[in-house]
Amino acid sequence: MTIMTRILMKGNEAIAEAAIRAGAIYYFAYPITPQSEVGEYMSRRLPEIGGVFVQAESEVAVGNMLMGAVSSGKRAFTSSSSPGISLMQEAISTMAGAELPVVLINIMRGGPGIGGILPSQADYFQSTKGGGHGDYRVLVLAPSTLPETVDLTMLAFHLADKYCNPTMVVADGMIGQMMEPVEFPEKYKEEPLPPKDWATTGCRGRAPKIIKSLFLDPLALEKNNIVLAEKYKLMKRDEVRFEAYKINPKNRILMVAYGTMARICQTVIDDLEEEQISIGLLRPITLFPFPIQEIFAEAVKPNIEVVLTVEMSMGQMVEDVEAAVKGRKPVEFYGRTGGIVPTPGEVRDYIMKILAKKTPAVKSRKGKGE
Amino acid sequence: MPGVIIDKGYCKGCELCVKSCPQQILSMSKEITNRGYLLAQMHDPSRCIGCQICALVCPDAAITVVTHGQRYMLYDY
Amino acid sequence: MNESTHAIFTRPQSYQDAVTHYCPGCAHGIIHRMVAEVLDELGLRERTVGIAPVGCAVLIYNYIKTDFVEALHGRAPAFATGLKRVSPELIVFTYQGDGDLASIGTNEIIHAANRGEKITTIFVNNAIYGMTGGQMAPTTMPGQITATSPRGRNVKECGYPIRIAELLSSLRTPAYIERVAVYNPQNIVRAKKAIRKAFQYQVDNKCFSLVEVLSTCPTNWGMTPQEALKWQETTMLPYYPLGCFKTPGNEVE
Repeated sequence: MTIMTRILMKGNEAIAEAAIRAGAIYYFAYPITPQSEVGEYMSRRLPEIGGVFVQAESEVAVGNMLMGAVSSGKRAFTSSSSPGISLMQEAISTMAGAELPVVLINIMRGGPGIGGILPSQADYFQSTKGGGHGDYRVLVLAPSTLPETVDLTMLAFHLADKYCNPTMVVADGMIGQMMEPVEFPEKYKEEPLPPKDWATTGCRGRAPKIIKSLFLDPLALEKNNIVLAEKYKLMKRDEVRFEAYKINPKNRILMVAYGTMARICQTVIDDLEEEQISIGLLRPITLFPFPIQEIFAEAVKPNIEVVLTVEMSMGQMVEDVEAAVKGRKPVEFYGRTGGIVPTPGEVRDYIMKILAKKTPAVKSRKGKGE
Repeated sequence: MPGVIIDKGYCKGCELCVKSCPQQILSMSKEITNRGYLLAQMHDPSRCIGCQICALVCPDAAITVVTHGQRYMLYDY
Repeated sequence: MNESTHAIFTRPQSYQDAVTHYCPGCAHGIIHRMVAEVLDELGLRERTVGIAPVGCAVLIYNYIKTDFVEALHGRAPAFATGLKRVSPELIVFTYQGDGDLASIGTNEIIHAANRGEKITTIFVNNAIYGMTGGQMAPTTMPGQITATSPRGRNVKECGYPIRIAELLSSLRTPAYIERVAVYNPQNIVRAKKAIRKAFQYQVDNKCFSLVEVLSTCPTNWGMTPQEALKWQETTMLPYYPLGCFKTPGNEVE
């Protein structure tokens, strides 16, 4: 049995160490609040273990440096925050089109624009619906606690290599800045991965390889898009991850939340349980592929009156939840934005409003004679 | 007689004026402003020559230099 | 003090009443004040639009009493180009730090200078990224310890610091480019002269003007404000020589 030591670490630093343990010792980044500590940690650690740390001149440069690095078959990654991830979109689209594995960490902050420096979850659309141009998706993982952040960061590298696609871990400023005890496995177990025989490593003894996303012939470009689409179908079939928290036949409301927000909702659920009000939480861990079937299956159960989505945004994941529920139950939304993290008290108050049938979706249902 | 007035609403106790005064008539007082900074003070007004160097170096524009009568400009600022 | 007492040095008119958020002893305050004084002296306040950077000076719009537009990180020269081209009667200036101008914005400043946009740029060089917590900048000195160069800047891996004034002065297009410092009152006087000249060139619609001001960061350098000014004199000055590098009329052929 391997004994793992528990260390009290800051989220940003835990992410950095997790990546190192997954073999990603090549890091390119630009400082941006609230994730600059990832870079500072890497600048200390990487020279100790023979890795490479480059502070690029901008996030645009970072995205392109990453593309160069992963083209050689090595595990490289970056971390940034919302405005920086916006600058990388062209590179992400290109890496998806060229089928390159890369991991990006987004420590989300308030937006849009320069926004603020406090946590938010307002990059859901940006991560899951594209962000960049063209027909591509990014596999998106959303941890909720620091130990899970460590696990998902390591998993991200594995999934990126498995599908040769950009993979993103979306945390928020709270996760980046808080400290919790974490453990790093001595040896991270991964399933066998396909060999990286597409990597440009010098063509001695073989025909030259080309990594590109340009296909001037429209039929060839369509073929590339179909290849990508097949990958995304496989992801939807095999990589959906979620957590069910206190879901049982006594639930009156199904909550859907991810990341830090899910943690707060768990507190609300525990508090309401003591008041004999039963609520369940379905926490998506993969935002793409989204647990569509699982949400539908829970929502249509007869005991569920309402589906409540709680996010730190003006309502982004709620659109996917509405699509998953297919109109079978009213979908309510509660959110705060601007960097404000809702308290369990305010979420609880909104739930009480829902149960008293005073909220928009529920009220409009009553009008339709449901 | 020239003199300086240090505004306690702006002074952040950085001590640049104290170090740059050629007459060495500025020092840090024991008074703490309502932002928690030690306030600078002119402890020997009689020797102020109105050179305005303290006001030049103050990063918070907290210093007003006053005088009376005719004034020659010591330098073009 | 009798009744004929009058003030000979006061806060400039173009300065807001706000207390700045800058650290005690930060030279941003000195440079802001000089810009405000120049705007007063040349009577420009009401037709000036400033372009705010991303950096410690992101809140400059709370301190200088002119219209302001907040630019994205590094893109202030592009914003200024857009604004000045459509409203040439306005005086447009950008105020940028090391990250904004010398890192993410190198492309924008080179091209604004090369096109000869009639804007004024104040470039505040303090050899570090202040706002984000003291990371290495392209202007960080060799061997300088920062949050992302914990063993000191290694020139073999990160190269030498960039000298923006020299870099931009190699362009053919006419411009006014000068580097000044604030480490003692004498240099503060010279710095203000350069800033006044820069704005005057814009008033005369002559050329692009940039003043690189060597500044300090006591907090992230780990020094008192006075020590920081001394460090500027002893360590930055030999590498970043002061002086006028370019005036319109002495272009390289």
